[in-house]
Amino acid sequence: MAAARSPRPTAKRGPSIASVTARATKAKEVAASRDLVHVPAVTPARPRTDDDQLIRHGDVDEWGRSESMRQMARRLYDPIYSKWFRAEWEGLEKIPTDGGALLVSNHAGAIPSDAPVIMHGIETELERPVYGLADHFFRKMPVVGTLWSRLGGLPAHPDNAYRLLREQKQLVLVFPEGSKGPSKPMRERYQLARFGRGGFVEIAMRAGVPVIPIAVIGAEESMPIVAKLPAVAKVLGAPYMPVTANMLAFGPLGAALYFPAKFKLKVLDPVYFNVEPDQERYSKSRIMDESEKVREAIQQELYSMLKDRRSIWFG
Amino acid sequence: MRRVLVTGLGTFWGGRIAQALEADPNVEVIIGLDTTEPTVELERTEYVRVDANYSILAKIVRATRVDTIIHTFLVVDPTQMSRRAMHEVNVIGTMNLFAAASAPDSTVRNVIVKSATAVYGCSVEDPTWFSEDTPPSRSLRRPIERSLDQVEGYVRDFAEDNPHVSVSLLRFSNVIGSEIVTPLTRALELPMVPSMFGFDPRFQFVHEDDVIRSIQFVLDRNLAGIYNVAGDGLLPWTEVASLCGKRTFPMLPFASGELLWPFKRLGVVDLPDEYLNLLRYGRGVDNGKLKRAGFEYDYTSAQSVKAFIEAVRLCRTIGNHTPNYRYERDVEQFFRHSPSVIREVK
Repeated sequence: MAAARSPRPTAKRGPSIASVTARATKAKEVAASRDLVHVPAVTPARPRTDDDQLIRHGDVDEWGRSESMRQMARRLYDPIYSKWFRAEWEGLEKIPTDGGALLVSNHAGAIPSDAPVIMHGIETELERPVYGLADHFFRKMPVVGTLWSRLGGLPAHPDNAYRLLREQKQLVLVFPEGSKGPSKPMRERYQLARFGRGGFVEIAMRAGVPVIPIAVIGAEESMPIVAKLPAVAKVLGAPYMPVTANMLAFGPLGAALYFPAKFKLKVLDPVYFNVEPDQERYSKSRIMDESEKVREAIQQELYSMLKDRRSIWFG
Repeated sequence: MRRVLVTGLGTFWGGRIAQALEADPNVEVIIGLDTTEPTVELERTEYVRVDANYSILAKIVRATRVDTIIHTFLVVDPTQMSRRAMHEVNVIGTMNLFAAASAPDSTVRNVIVKSATAVYGCSVEDPTWFSEDTPPSRSLRRPIERSLDQVEGYVRDFAEDNPHVSVSLLRFSNVIGSEIVTPLTRALELPMVPSMFGFDPRFQFVHEDDVIRSIQFVLDRNLAGIYNVAGDGLLPWTEVASLCGKRTFPMLPFASGELLWPFKRLGVVDLPDEYLNLLRYGRGVDNGKLKRAGFEYDYTSAQSVKAFIEAVRLCRTIGNHTPNYRYERDVEQFFRHSPSVIREVK
């Protein structure tokens, strides 16, 4: 599997024009210094480039993602991905190897296990970064928030999504169900919640990128919710506070330990909207229609995947 | 030929801008207002002492027939003065300034106001980059943010009521460089740089030279509108500290204001609430609009921090060599107005 391949740094750039011209001027300076009279070379004005050297100090990008941290996380996470969840993809070739695209998936598990699986899978197989949009709740938490940010998470603000997709042509993962997905109880598993207000369609239209739906099974059973404690959630300021089957089975360890459910992921056909990007407004009815279509496509795919599933643990 | 009025001549910005304007042959007259005397040597700028909220401003504007006002006297550093004094300077001062500039016989055609990116606030819901028209994510609560917001309200009203005046509002990010002293530069000069435990937000900086250049740029082109002024790129706070060769000292993320209080009283740390919040979430602003207008930055965020720390290192070796200038009214008046002084004929 390509998962074993060592991921190469994704923020790779060839030698910039500036560094080439800098080299050329240096050559000229050397030539000049061979002249009989030594005239100090005129130092050229600072090359104004978007060169990372000038902008960055470490490898943390403007979104807070660090490729080296990602690399380390991929190494640590790989056993969980390939041995514990035994993730299996179908249709990965539908995700473009370059250009922006908005990945949209169903969301489940008390602490959602689908986001890391999707990000890990795509980054190792396609060797390009995936930015995960999530509730800004993470950003509030010390340590967790910083780690989340370094590993490619960022608050789901429309401006963030637009810049990543339109200007930087990156892959962005979003769960339109929001926290309604992971917080739903066991009996509602694989029943997609409302897809927000269709914001993801609007962003994709504005950015001129396709929406690529992904259907995931396995996440629901990896950490199912049996009860919720709204009072505790309120005190902590969390969107929800679950009691999971994992906690009942493993005790306190269960707060972080997933059941080894078999993960299957299927990439559906990209949805192109064929509208002019960068418009001030888009038809609200069209947005809601498209949003519902994507939701329905994922929902139907989930049903058909579940029909084929013989065992929760072995697929 | 321009006739320019600069507010806040005694401050770092007012002084620097007046110096830059003196070098500009297109500027005929420079009048500087402040409550305190200028701290930099000026050749032809006329200094007028005023009270904090410019009650005699209308008279000055009428008497001198200035066509350009550069309003730099806005306090963006809450450690400089009390909240009440800040309100007088920022809000009341701006109100009086615009009242004078919008008088029926006013000759003012250009106004440049130096605001700060603090008007975007700083909260968990913020986007990574604010552009000029992004509203703050939450209602502004901290004194500086609210004060600047009110000031900008006056600027907007003035621009709306006076369509014949070109009004530019520049929002500066965290300014850093070899000279300016802000709560952030003071924090970076401590033996250990204070940080918030578990947070490593991304910071943006703008070099003090770029600040002056951007004001001149906007002035030269009569560029109206709101512009963010900030260096390219965002740097995590730990990287800023490491660029400065420092380690961070994590403060507890809760009750940090209260825990910091004894140190504040002792004068060791001077980080107001605005900055404590910045140490959690940071702030980035999009500098694209000014760049598209043709402005080129000399420094990125990272280069600004480097320039700052180089100046600090130099100071450590050779000591603080700020020229010891003292404003002497009689001397200045003599050089400017005495018939005995032979001035170059332009």
